[in-house]
Amino acid sequence: MTTAEKYVTAAYCVVFAVVLAYVLIMALKLQRLEREVDELAERVPDEDTEEAPREAARVG
Amino acid sequence: MPALAATALVLVTTALVLVFFVAPNDANQGFSQRIFYFHVSIAFTAYACFIGGAWKAFLHLWKRDPRSDLESYVCVHQGLIFGTLVLLTGSIWAKISWGHWWLWSEDQLVLFLVLFLFYCAYFMLRFSVDPGPQRANLSAVYALFGVVLIPISFAAIRLAKGLIHPVVFTRHGPNFGGWILVTYCIAQAAMLVLAYTLYRLELSGKRLDGRLRDLREVLA
Repeated sequence: MTTAEKYVTAAYCVVFAVVLAYVLIMALKLQRLEREVDELAERVPDEDTEEAPREAARVG
Repeated sequence: MPALAATALVLVTTALVLVFFVAPNDANQGFSQRIFYFHVSIAFTAYACFIGGAWKAFLHLWKRDPRSDLESYVCVHQGLIFGTLVLLTGSIWAKISWGHWWLWSEDQLVLFLVLFLFYCAYFMLRFSVDPGPQRANLSAVYALFGVVLIPISFAAIRLAKGLIHPVVFTRHGPNFGGWILVTYCIAQAAMLVLAYTLYRLELSGKRLDGRLRDLREVLA
């Protein structure tokens, strides 16, 4: 491998590494957001237990 | 979003194949000229992101649309990431071609660094003010001022006396043709689509984050 080839490969590896790092950071952030959504979902009262049972209504 | 990401992946892969296996060696610089395809494409993409950020900032100031502030911020953030890549790939190319990682005598390089640092300061300003209309307005005005530096940075190479940095786009069009032009165009399209994909990804994450914060306040 010549010096020029090494430098060119390094340049493209740098681009790849930065984009990969960015995507990984975004993926970690989205994971955190998913966890927070789950936490909030647990805090919201469950509809089935909170709502009073509905009586059947005649239609028509 | 998945379709956009797939398009970006296909375009980047195609560009890489063209760069390393199809495009011919440059007569003057030889193999090292292959950095050009991504370096220049990334530079124009960074400019496009900063222009996009300024446009969204203008929309924020004009229409008072609260979404525009976040969009402007994400555009500037993308521009900064691509700006970092321009500086890194440019330094590597400079080391092969000129024997130096950086030349302070080159106006093009220094002006791009000024542009980069200007947008770094955008984040310092933004995060030094509490969230709200004041922060949005200050950020928008700053992003609009920054766009003035783009034509200066772009024109610097043509005004520079040294001319170490090569001029590839003249008034008569690009200084190259054939496979070099095809490869450059594909690389440029790849970088623009990649930037747009990352922009959409970051924007959706930020919006979700904002909604979650609002929900948490309501539930507290």
